[in-house]
Order: sequence, then structure tokens, then C-alpha cells
Amino acid sequence: MAEYSALALVRNALNGNRDWKPAWRKPEPKASYDVIVIGGGGHGLATAYYLAKEHGVTNVAVVEKGWLGSGNVGRNTVTVRSNYLLPSNTRFYEHSMKMWEGLSHDLNYNVMFSQRGCLNLAHTPAQLDDYARRGNAMRHLGVDAELMTPSEIKRLMPAIDISAKARFPIFGGLMQPRAGTARHDAVAWGYARGADRRGVDIIENCEVTGFLREGERIVGVTTVRGDIRAKKVAVAVAGSTGRVMQMAGIERLPIESHVLQAFVTESLKPFLDTVVTFGMGHCYVNQSDKGGLVCGGDIDGYNSYAQRGNLPIVEDVMSEMLALFPGLGPVRVLRAWGGLCDMTMDGSPIITTGPLPGMYLNCGWCYGGFKATPASGWCFAHTIVRDEPHELNAAFTLDRFHHGILIDEKGQGATPRLH
Amino acid sequence: MLITCPYCGPRDLSEFTYQGDGNRTRPAPASQDLDAWNAYVYDRLNPAGDHNEIWQHSGGCRSHLRVVRNTLTHEISSVGFVRGDAHARKPGARK
Amino acid sequence: MNPRRTATGGRVNRQRPVRFTFDGTAYTGHAGDTLASALLANGVVLAGRSFKYHRPRGLLSAGLDEPNALVTVMRGKVREPNVPATMIEIHDGLTVESQNRFPSLAFDIGAVNQLAGKLISAGFYYKTFMGPAIGPLKGTRFWMLCEHVIRRAAGLGRAGEAPDTSRYERMNAFCDVLVVGSGPAGLMAASAAAEHGANVILAEADAHAGGSANWSGETIDGMLAADWAADMAAGLRERPNVRLLRRTAVWGCYDGNTLVAVERVSDHKAKAGPGEPRHRHWVIRARSVVLATGAFERPLVFPGNDRPSVMLASAAERYANEFGVLPAETFIVFTNNDSAYLSTISLKKAGANIAAIVDVRQDVGEAMRILASEAGAELLAGHAVVATEGGKALRGVKVQRFNMTSGTVSGEARSLSADGLLMSGGWSPAIHLASQAGAKAEWDNGLQAFLPPAPARNSRWLGAGAFTGNFSTGGALAEGHAAGLAACGAEPGETSLPTAETTLGSPEPAPVFEIKAPGKAFVDFQHDVTVDDVRLAHREGFVSVEHLKRYTTLGMATDQGKTSNVAGLAIMAEARGLPIPDVGTTRFRPPFSPVSLGAFAAERYGDLRPERLTPMHDWHVEHGATMQPAGLWFRPQIYGLAGETIEQAYVREAAATREAAGIVDVSTLGKIAVQGPDAAEFLDRVYTNMFSFLPVGKARYGLMLREDGLAFDDGTTWRLGDNDFLMTTTTANAGKVMQHLEYFLDVIWPELKVSLVSVTDQWAGAAIGGPSARDILAACVRKTGVDNKALPFMGIVHGTIADVPVMICRLSFSGEMAFEVYSPADYGTHVWEALMEAGRPFGLVPYGMEALGAMRIEKGHVTGAEIDGRTTARDLHLDWMLSKKKPFIGSAMMDREGLIASGRIQLVGLLSLDGRPLGGGAHIVEAVDQENPHGSIGHITAACYSPALGKYIALALVEGGKARHGSRAFISDPLRNRYGPVEIVSHHFFDPEGSRMHG
Repeated sequence: MAEYSALALVRNALNGNRDWKPAWRKPEPKASYDVIVIGGGGHGLATAYYLAKEHGVTNVAVVEKGWLGSGNVGRNTVTVRSNYLLPSNTRFYEHSMKMWEGLSHDLNYNVMFSQRGCLNLAHTPAQLDDYARRGNAMRHLGVDAELMTPSEIKRLMPAIDISAKARFPIFGGLMQPRAGTARHDAVAWGYARGADRRGVDIIENCEVTGFLREGERIVGVTTVRGDIRAKKVAVAVAGSTGRVMQMAGIERLPIESHVLQAFVTESLKPFLDTVVTFGMGHCYVNQSDKGGLVCGGDIDGYNSYAQRGNLPIVEDVMSEMLALFPGLGPVRVLRAWGGLCDMTMDGSPIITTGPLPGMYLNCGWCYGGFKATPASGWCFAHTIVRDEPHELNAAFTLDRFHHGILIDEKGQGATPRLH
Repeated sequence: MLITCPYCGPRDLSEFTYQGDGNRTRPAPASQDLDAWNAYVYDRLNPAGDHNEIWQHSGGCRSHLRVVRNTLTHEISSVGFVRGDAHARKPGARK
Repeated sequence: MNPRRTATGGRVNRQRPVRFTFDGTAYTGHAGDTLASALLANGVVLAGRSFKYHRPRGLLSAGLDEPNALVTVMRGKVREPNVPATMIEIHDGLTVESQNRFPSLAFDIGAVNQLAGKLISAGFYYKTFMGPAIGPLKGTRFWMLCEHVIRRAAGLGRAGEAPDTSRYERMNAFCDVLVVGSGPAGLMAASAAAEHGANVILAEADAHAGGSANWSGETIDGMLAADWAADMAAGLRERPNVRLLRRTAVWGCYDGNTLVAVERVSDHKAKAGPGEPRHRHWVIRARSVVLATGAFERPLVFPGNDRPSVMLASAAERYANEFGVLPAETFIVFTNNDSAYLSTISLKKAGANIAAIVDVRQDVGEAMRILASEAGAELLAGHAVVATEGGKALRGVKVQRFNMTSGTVSGEARSLSADGLLMSGGWSPAIHLASQAGAKAEWDNGLQAFLPPAPARNSRWLGAGAFTGNFSTGGALAEGHAAGLAACGAEPGETSLPTAETTLGSPEPAPVFEIKAPGKAFVDFQHDVTVDDVRLAHREGFVSVEHLKRYTTLGMATDQGKTSNVAGLAIMAEARGLPIPDVGTTRFRPPFSPVSLGAFAAERYGDLRPERLTPMHDWHVEHGATMQPAGLWFRPQIYGLAGETIEQAYVREAAATREAAGIVDVSTLGKIAVQGPDAAEFLDRVYTNMFSFLPVGKARYGLMLREDGLAFDDGTTWRLGDNDFLMTTTTANAGKVMQHLEYFLDVIWPELKVSLVSVTDQWAGAAIGGPSARDILAACVRKTGVDNKALPFMGIVHGTIADVPVMICRLSFSGEMAFEVYSPADYGTHVWEALMEAGRPFGLVPYGMEALGAMRIEKGHVTGAEIDGRTTARDLHLDWMLSKKKPFIGSAMMDREGLIASGRIQLVGLLSLDGRPLGGGAHIVEAVDQENPHGSIGHITAACYSPALGKYIALALVEGGKARHGSRAFISDPLRNRYGPVEIVSHHFFDPEGSRMHG
């Protein structure tokens, strides 16, 4: 398939754009593969891509229930950052960040990763100390971080309210300059095209209905398009983890599926260049290249598979937006949507072999899975091929909870709605 | 979403706090069965469909409620006090 | 007189001129005009620029589906961008600017984008701008350079920085029946339900009730439909059980039949009335809902269909009949269905010339042929418009023969002159709210539209009128009446319905969405998505409806696809060779139409959260305290004297406390009354240490763990009686601890007879400490002694201060001989002032959070910075509090391998060895590397200057903890560029034996 480039654009434009080919094939499933990846979202597609690219494993199928990228990769607020507190998270997400920095070239697909910075606002001196702790932790692992003063913040985003009379005055903020945003759909499409070009079969509209087993061992899947056998079956289904694992007879996991809503306003001329988070409550916002302010807040807070949000969260998020930017009162919300988040008991993910022989599990992304996409696929591919984790995902085990080896960024304990 | 608190009547979602999977059993306080403790604290049912949950009417009477709610539709099919209905009174029949 | 205003007709008030400005030019319209109708009346055709190509655009519609004519309304410095001109009611002084153009609407440099044409087709940006893989522009740099330019070109209106000065408010409403839409169907539904005694809310998005009756030109019951609707609305308004909300768009349907609407209360006025908000956010809990939301007319897709003065047929009819405005002098009508013929007649009656009706169908019914001739129009059946001519305004069109079976055009192109082209591509019911409620739309092949499914038996919504695909007025009246009855549970009965004219023609359009001919044919007007873009998406495999939408941005503009979705689907379906329903429809998400952020925030705009103030708040402010937020609370940081730095102030306050006495407001501590026969047993279970042995009249410091064995909260609990305890918690965790305790009592141990009441707000608390503290109390406390015998360490007494009953517990956070004095909240300031008065001879000073923090650091007490949800009791050297005699919450889990591992961070003290301050959040390393910081072994949780030690000190959590006591390490704080040596010491810096507080 042709490389994408400015030249190719010109050549095709002259030809009336008639010669572009499908970004990925639409093959029928084969009877068997070396690896089946369940889930054609960002993580599943990235896994397939790195299986092929890094390990030469190309006899791979990605099976997707609906249309490719229909899950969280196409429903998030597009933020990429590695500003974590705990070393196992920071190292993993920083690896991801480095992959993001070269991803468009690697995929020959512009995922529009724009390093516009991510700023966490602090509203009390204690919170600023907390951010200093986090920023210094990042710096000690080679990750960029800076503290900003209120006047520096004002220069960066003139519409922000830094006045002392604000309900929650701004004392400063923690900035990660290399953080930013990417075009979410492009990530799914770029990985799909990249995997497809290396021979991976991407099979849409192919819902998995069960697992094929030989004794304990998983040897394939049953789908609405027939049985497909495989030496290894990898599960990367995020919010649907509970449902898929139930088919394998595993009823209980350290996971709850919750709804996270996101919102976008009508398109505006450039208003905000950075990703910014409000620190008294939960609200994060960035402006897309199309001009919409993309924002979100807390998860709705109860188990749900409905992709259907509630009203109080919308009201909370918009109130907090206005606390930050009091000029936005007349600006209008255009669209709201919901995604399913696989919330774990410590807020950190799981990338592991098992829990059954022949099975590999990638889940627990809570609502931070988008930025993890490259590293998640990369580490999962490694884990699948080597039958052991890479050191970057060694901490993300399924049984860490039982051993008390927790990776609890927020210190909230086993209450998923608070992570 | 509206939850009909058996004490207060139908109330908006914003008055309630979710307390999670209602199918977990706490081991006896002195139990040393760590597996049972771990299962209780960390492992959850996460069904797509009816789910037996605990909610607290934190913005109302503060009772804990056992709620059967469909996670696909958010429809609620039953609500009762976790404590049993010993201290339940019908709304409107307060004495 | 406006140049395009008809001589008579319309519902504007011709006696009342209204003056407004658009892009700096003054215009006059009439009361009752929208900005759109007023601009058209003035002959202004060019109203906006498109998003991508910056093409000149005029009005397409007359309602909230308008994709082209978006403007910014100016209210002083406050900007309201992206408002459709069709939704703005003009008023004197209205000031409006066009958008997305530079330097002016007529001459827009951005229009050069059109030259790039095929180069910037759908998704082009995914294929380029990646830049070189090496060199200075490698990585993301090249893209970010390109993006900088793209961002400035993109976007519609500009948001303001000036705070919005308007007020917004929220209203909760409850009703038996909510009727959405007040056209003939909605009016009938509301009236039927109201007659049966139901409480009804009728919501209308427009300024007047009536919907299509306002512009159809039909008659109902022998009256002009608009008059009939006005009468009906007036009748409803008089009923006590009906609330008619105009300018109210119902935009969301949430769980539990919670419908949400926004009412534009005062946008149409030069100045809001007294007490009026700008927008009102309605949250309506309806027992049942009647959706009478009507339908949207669809454009046809053909080359040049976006030229200004190409408009929906129904829109032109509405401008003529409702506003008395003819958008053009001579029209050509282009249609695939019969409804456009009725619009044509309306326009003819209003005085327009109709040059021709171009109908894609060869077989046009006899009734329609008669209408065409009545309109004086040439009927070109089996023809299609293949091009439009003109610059920024239409001059004419080209038509060719059209074969519906093959979908091709043929023969000579013929030019026709006209300054207006009206199009009608059939109708799409506004099913959005039903879709939000979970209904799956069903394709109707006859109507060529997605219809709502028949409501399920237990459905809480019903539909009526055009919403259900019933496009005749007579049908709407009957369906509305039936739905109104059904919604309130009434039986359908014999009623005489108003008589409507027979709607001529068939509601079924020809299945033609697109005319294939050379030139740019637009599917999504605002986002400039063309037919070629849809086909390109197909070619590249973006064939599912969601991929189509995401790849081309079709349907993602401010109208959310109201004018474009179905045509886009139809074109994709044809490309794939599938029926339209097999390609699917996107699920509609809230909001139905855009909603201001201000409305969502309502009363929280400018007042995000309640402020919690202690009873002594005003006293602190009056006495020079700098107040600081702490969660929702405000607490004194320091009571600074003139010229003092923060450090000087807290050092003075802390030193004074250790030398004489200090007093601090501790009212924010969580306070929970734990009462009942099993209260002591309960506390034994929730605290790690024993409380059942605590004698009445004594307090004890307690530690709680979470179920998972990690530290949760600490505080003192006072035994006031056998079955009566007062628990205190940290300020930050007050709510969480309460919830934790309630959970265990209600869910785990329902057999325990214990009652919990939060009494945080009932008690004011003052902590007074220092060598003179007891003397000060002795000077003002009555009815009890406070000497060591009456009030030993951790003892509790009841007495009075200044005649107010108080409860005093001798406990210490500062490490001094100290007492907490609790008084009823309302007397907090009274008691505080009495204490200050009694303390004056002793040099008592009030101190704030900084001094409190400094003294607690000196003592090595932990707070939220150390109990951060990741530390264990052992990490904090609190293992002496873990009772071995009993199980308690967390006891079974606290010894898991990860929680007792050797490498865990533990609490230590740090002394600055370079005489410079230490900062909270700084990290600790064994060797400093400023270039490449690494090797963190822990971090500082809290730091201060210790007046008692005369040094800068800190508490820290460090790997290895105690084993490092006496060793040297370094601060590494790259964020604040602070590095330097420290000595790791015990966290008990000051008076480790506690001799001062035991006194």
C-alpha cells in the first residue's frame, strides 16, 4: 500500500482522489492464527502492530465486536501525559510518551500528537507541595516537569481567573511541557493500517461469544463469524473485560466498569493552548484543532455498561469550567458522550499472562488508557510472545492486590469510583 | 436516575453514594483466611445486566440500601434497606 | 420599509421598528423578527463563512438547524459566539458580528483554502504534516508548526475573556405530562391532558407557541392556523394546571424520565427584567412525555447547493408567512417531493415570482401540476439542478434532464434566472429525544426517513405529529389529542377534533438525495463535507456510519447533522450497494441543541462550592488573619503584623506559644457523636487500639485503618458517658470517616446498637496551649477546676466560660500543656474572646495553620500529608497502636507481604544542614546530581523553620526510615532548584519525652 506523504496527496488530488486504497483490508477470519487479540480498540490494535513489528508475529487476528475503534480510543479527551507520582506508572507512561513522540513517523499516519503541555492547577499551598512531590518524582526519573506561578499561568492562558477572590484561588501549577493531545481516531486507524500492512487480519463485526478450551487451556474463540483457533488468545477489551472474562468462567475480578462522560463545546477560535486541570473537584479541558473545548470530569460513579451519562456530572464539570474561565458562560456545549472504564482497585492497569493458560490479559485502564496505547500494545506484545512481562509492565499484575503490592496514585484504596 | 428510598421516597441520584457490589461477604472479624479477606476487599462481580448493589442515601436519611439495578439500562427493579426493613416506614405514613 | 418586506402579512409588529447592528452597520427590523428574518428583509444575503473553505454562505433554514448563519452576539465585552441568526430575536441595541472571516465577511482571506480543493479533502491531515524523521523538525515539531497555522484558521466564533455578567438559574419541576413542542400536535396533547386534570408542562423552543401553524398558511377550524394556535395557547395559559414555557428547548432525556431544558429568559430583551436570569436550566421529572418535536426538512445535494440564497423551501415559506419577508424576488424550487409545492403556493400568495419548479420525478401528480400552474411556475418534471450561478448571491441555476432510475443527468443544460433557489429533499422527524431515551430508530422506506419505533407498552414517552412521520396537520391534531390522553392514562373517547384542511399530495419523497454532476456538492454545509469526501471515505474503507462521521466530520458541526446525516448515509449506502438502514444511523446524544455553560452551572456560576466558615471566622478576619482555603473551609494561615513575612509571623506565633501561650481555632475538626449501648464495642472494632477500657471523662488518641490495612485517619475520642463518646477526625476526612462508620454499622454490624450523629457544626473548638495555658483557663473557667488533679492529661471536664457551658479536654497537638475548649457553635466567638481576654496578661497570641504546622512538625505528629492513603501504621511508627488483643478493621489485611516489605518508605525527621529552608514535596537522595536528578529515596511531607530548634526542619518519608537516623542525605528539588545536605533524624524533634504537655 502506498506511503502517505504530501507528495502522495498532491498526486492523488490531481487524479481526483480516485486512487486511494482502503486504509486496512476487510478479510474473512481464517480457521486459526498464532495469536488472536480480542478487541479492536487502541490497545488491541497496537498489540497486533507490535506483535508484527517487534516480534515478527504476523499470523495474528484482531477480532472486534463492532466497528474498529468504537470503544474508548474514540471516546476520550485525547490527553497524553506521563505526569505520574509512582515510579512504576511514571516509567511506563514515560515509555509511552517517548513512543508517542515518534508515532506518526513509525505508523506513517499523522496522529497529530501535539506537545502543548499539561498543567495541573493547585489551589492550596498543600496541594502545590503535593504537585511538587509529584513533579520532583518525575524529574528523578528523567521526565520533564515544572512548577508555574499564577502569573506565568495567566500569561499562558489569558482567560483564566487567577484572582485571589476566586472561590478556589490558584496558588500555582505543575506543568509537563511534553504532554499534549493527539487525534484519538487517528491512533486507532494508524495502528490498524500499520498492522494490516504487516499482514495482521483485522476482523470487524466479529463478536466473541465464548472461548474454545482444551482442559484448562484456552485454544481459541467462538465468534458470530465462526470458531477461530489460536495458540494464544489476548484480551484487550477495556470496559468489556468483565463480560469477556465471564465467558471464560471468571466471574470476579478486581474491576468495576463505570461510565466516564466527555463533552465538547461549539468550535471557537484559539482560546486555550494547553491541557489544564482544575484541582478542587475534577475537571480537565483542552481545545481541539477544530476549536471545540473538550472537557471531562469524574466518572459517573456506579457500575454501568450503558455508555449513557448522568446529568449531575455535566453540571459539575461545567461549573468547574466556569470557575476557571468565567468568560465561557455564554459558550455552548455541543455534545456529550460516555465511555466504559475498567476501574481497578488501585487505579492502575493490568498487563499480564493468564489468568488461564493460553490467555493474556490487558485491562484496568480506568480512564487513562488513551495515553497508554503505544506502551500498552508494546508491553502486551512482549508479554504474549515471551510468556513473561517486560520490566515496564512487571508491576501491573492481576494478583498484586492480594499481595498488598498496590500502585495507588490517589491513595484511595479499594474504592474504584474514587480513582 | 431516581432511586426510591424506602424511607424518603423517590430521590435524585445526586443524593446517593455508590457503595459497590452487594454480593461480597466479609469474613468473621477474627478470621485469618487471607484469601477470603482479599476476595472480600478486591474481587467484584461486574455483570452486564441486573446487579445487586449497595447505595447510601447520603444526602437524605443516610440509610444503606440494597438496590437491584440493571447496568445496561440503569433500570432499578428493587430497593430495600440493607439492615432489613425493621425500621422501614412507608413514605407518607410517618408517625 | 425593508426592501424585502411583503406589503402585508406575517406576525411581526410593523408599528414597532427595532434597530440593531450587524458587523457595524445599522439596520432596522420589526418587533417579532429574528435576526435572520430582519437581515433578509434588509436584503442581506451573505451571513457567514463556512468552517474549512471559508465559502460565503447565506441562510439555509429558519430554525435551530441553521448551519450557516452563525453569529456572535455582543453584550458589552461579553461575547456569545456561534448563535444561529435564526434563533436571535432582535431588540433595540442588539449588536451582532459575523464570524470566521478576516478582514470582513464579504472579503475573507481564508477563502484561499478553496483553491486547495481536492488537496484538502476528507482526512488529508492524517496523510501529511508528519515532517522529517530526523533533523531539527523531527518528532512532533513539524506537525506542531503546521498545527499552529491550522488552529488559527479553524474555529468559528471567538469566546470572551471578560467574565459573563449574566445570571443563570436552575429550576426543578415535576409534572404528570411534559409535552415537547407546541405545534398542532403538541397543543392538542397538552390540552387533552390538561382537560383530564393532569399537571402539564408544554415546552416550545421558539418565541411563540404554534410550531408549523405559525407559518403553514393553512386554516384550522376555519381560522388561520396561526390564530388557532394563538387561541389554543392562550387557553392553555389560563389553566392553573398548565405551564407553557416558550423559548425553551428540551435538549436532554436522562434516566428516570428526567428531561432537561434550557429557557432563554431574557436574550430577546435589551435588558433583563428585575430578577430575571439570562437562561434558566430546567430539570423536569415527568411521569410521561409526549414528543411532538416535528421534523426537519432536508436539503438536496447538488453542485453549488451552498451558494447564498439557496434555501430550504419550508424556510422561505416560514420567512414569508411568519415574518412577512421574501428572501428573494424570483424563486426556482427544486424538489423530490410534494411538500415543496405547498411552500411554493405560500410564497406565491406572499407576492413572490416562481420561475420554475424542478422536480426530480418524471411522474408528478395531477394535484401538484395544478399547484405549479397556480403558482405561475414552469414545471420541469424529471429534471434536476446541476449547478448554481452567481458570486456571493445567486443569479441563476442550470438544469438538466434527470433519470431517477439510473440517477444520471443528460441532455443540454438549460440556464434559468432567479435570485432564490429553494430545495426540498424530504423530511426527517426530530427523533433525538426518543433516541436519547434508548429508542432505536427504524427506517421507513416510503417516507425515506428514520422514524421512532412504536413506544413499548411501558414506555414513558409517546409521540405525535411529524415526529412519528405523520406530516399532515389533520393527522397531527388527532395524534396529539390521542397522545395527550394516553399520557395521562385517560381512555380515548368520542371527541370532536378541530377540522384541518386536507393536506394535498403524498408525504413520500422520491428516493433521490444527490444529483451527480461536476462541481462541489455539499452534504454538511458548516463543515464543508462534500459528496467527494463521502466517496473518498468509502474508497478508503471508512464505511461504517461512525467511521464516515469521524473521518469526514460529517454531522459533527453545530447542527449535529440535522441537515446532513441522512443524505450522508444515503450516499454511503449507495456507494456500498446496501440499503440505507444497513449502513445504520448514529445514536443521538445530548444535547439536542447546544446549551450554554452558564445554564449548566446556574447558581454555581461564580459560587462553585459552599464556603464553610468557623464560628470565629469574623474575629480572625478582624484581627488580621490571612485566611486560607482548606477543602471547603477557610482557616487562618497567620495573624501577620505589619511588615512581617509569613515565616516571621508563624515563628513569632509558635515561639510565643511555647514561651507563654497560643490559641488556635480547631472548629473544623470532624466531630461525631457515637452513642448507644454498643458504642464502646464499636469503637474497639473501628480503632486499632482499645476504647472499651477508657474511663468516662477521659479521651484517647485513636488510629483507624481501612479494610485493606492501610492507615486511614486519626484523632481523639472522648468518653463523655458509659454509652456516649465524642469522636474527632481530621478536618479533611470528616465526611469520609462518617461514611465509613455508617457503612459498618448499617451493612456489616447491624446488630450493634449504636447511633452516629455528625456534630462538627454544633461545636466551636479552640485549642489553647503553652506554659501559661492552664493559668489562663483557671482565670476564666468556672464551675470546674482545671488543675492537674481535676484535669489530668487526657482528662475531660465540664464548666463555663463567660457563662457559657464548655467542655474542656486536656490534650495536645502542639506538644505544650494544652487544652481543647469546646463550646456551642453559636457562642464560639463569645468564648474565644473571653479566652483572649483572660490570656491578655499572660501574653496569649492567636496562631494560624502555619504555626500549628510548625509545632506539629517539631513534635513529629502525622497528618494528611503522611497518612496519604498509601502508608501503613508501621510506616508512620504507629505500630504501638495496633492492638493484639482484638481484631479491628484492617487487622487481617495489614500484614500482607507488600505492606511489610523492607523497602517501604518510613517517617523520619530532617535537619537542614545548610541553614536554608526545606520545601514540602522536595525529594531526598543519597548523592545530588543536578544535571540528571535520580535516585530518589523519599520525599518531604512537611517543612518549617523550627523556632524551638532554631533550624529548618522537615518530616519526610524515606526508604529504610529509622535505619538512616544520624546519616546524611541531600535534598533534591529540581522543580525549585533547591539542593543541599540534610541529616536524617528521628521525627520527634522536640521534647520527645512529652514532659511539657504532661507538665
